[in-house]
Amino acid sequence: MSWWRPSDVGLAVRGQLADMGYAARFLWRIVSLLGPCSRRFGLVRDQIHFLGNYSLAIIAVSGLFVGFVLALQGYNILQRYGSSEAVGMMVALSLLRELGPVVTALLFAGRAGTSLTAEIGLMKAGEQFSAMEMMAVDPVQRIIAPRFWAGVIVVPLLTAVFNAVGVMGGWIVSVPMIGVDPGAFWSQMQGGVDWWSDLGNGVAKSVVFGVAVTFIALLQGYVAKPTADGVAHATTRTVVMASLMVLGLDFLLTAMMFTY
Amino acid sequence: MVELRDVTFGYGGRIVLDGLSFAVARGKVTALMGASGGGKTTALRLIGGQQRALRGQVLFDGADVGVMSDTQLYAARRRMGMLFQFGALFTDLSVFENVAFPLREHTRLSEPLIRDIVLMKLGAVGLRGARDLMPAQISGGMARRVALARAIALDPELVMYDEPFAGLDPISLGTAARLIRRLNDALGITSIVVSHDVAETFQIADHVVILADGRVAAQGTPDEVRVSPDPLVRQFVGVDADGPVRFHYPGPSVAQDFGVEGQR
Repeated sequence: MSWWRPSDVGLAVRGQLADMGYAARFLWRIVSLLGPCSRRFGLVRDQIHFLGNYSLAIIAVSGLFVGFVLALQGYNILQRYGSSEAVGMMVALSLLRELGPVVTALLFAGRAGTSLTAEIGLMKAGEQFSAMEMMAVDPVQRIIAPRFWAGVIVVPLLTAVFNAVGVMGGWIVSVPMIGVDPGAFWSQMQGGVDWWSDLGNGVAKSVVFGVAVTFIALLQGYVAKPTADGVAHATTRTVVMASLMVLGLDFLLTAMMFTY
Repeated sequence: MVELRDVTFGYGGRIVLDGLSFAVARGKVTALMGASGGGKTTALRLIGGQQRALRGQVLFDGADVGVMSDTQLYAARRRMGMLFQFGALFTDLSVFENVAFPLREHTRLSEPLIRDIVLMKLGAVGLRGARDLMPAQISGGMARRVALARAIALDPELVMYDEPFAGLDPISLGTAARLIRRLNDALGITSIVVSHDVAETFQIADHVVILADGRVAAQGTPDEVRVSPDPLVRQFVGVDADGPVRFHYPGPSVAQDFGVEGQR
């Protein structure tokens, strides 16, 4: 079998298109279940609690260290130009615009996304979805949609935690350790960060990443082969696809948001 | 209660059921038997509307399951209970919450009432004391009994059992068989049992349907089936040791495989 044979290429393209069409229809089905989800918000709330707690520790610790590193690197560069007070602004802008949403989404994919995929895949393997259907309960409405909306809500919240902890990390390195003037640190940050174009765009990014990562995790679990092997593959695919998707989307979003 | 009329069904070109017709009488235990892969479970999926027949009709209480809209299908399924092969309990919920699940989804009963119903159903399967355990903490036989309690939580008219005896030890097996019979009689439900365990199933069934090659090979009361002249049925119920179903998977002959042919 050679890949350049037109019939093989055609088959591959058709398969990809069919998968994409299925994914789009699945996403539409989940999104259209917002109504039932908001009527039974308890289900979403439980998932927010679960997914949020799952990732909180890793997000907070990573945020702290990213803040440390940003301050060290930022100070190193800025002091050459005699503007080391701007390190606060640099840390905050790096976190809000890029690192906060992106790193949070990547960590969320690795921590919560994989567990979502494995959970859904194992539920399918154990015939739990069939059992639910036979009880006249739609598993997409009862299981998938609440997890999706919980993920969409939780990723921006985790991003906020990441950013806040990161700024504190930057402060710890800059002010007590290096000796940057605290007043200058905070006032530069306050002056340099814009509500809409920095904070607002960062939040927008994190919402988009939340949709992408949670949806990929749920879809991979839902279409996984109902075997131990199939679930293991699906979990790996979730990390790979979600990470690439986040980085790719980040480029697109940055290009749209910060070029004027 | 349930009737299949000339039903044909297959997965991706492979025909599993080929003109299958049988009826399930109300209030009786009907056993659906046959070798593994013979389409027994598929027949249950057709009755539950999880698959649709390619040809023929699947009637549930006079209505064709195959042409129902999703709403009608969900309404019909609320009158059915199904016990899956390994129970299919929700692994993230306790035994109590598993049984309460259909009640919480489909009714607006108060919490004390749900508690009473759940404990009654668990009591019927002898597991009232196991209410706080998680599915991972109970044995396979217990999991199936919990799943049975869950299947009868909404007082269905029809309960379908998919291989209720597979992989059970002799004690759990006897318990499960007696339970199916007792629930059927006490609650006035109709039961369909898919099984290949001849001894236990013949004890509890009123009517036995034996499937082979996607159609009915024999049916009747257990005693009638035992004396069936069909060679496949005789092999299946254990009268004849050998029969149409061979021990060896079809392949080259022994002589060909070991090269003792044609090189004298």
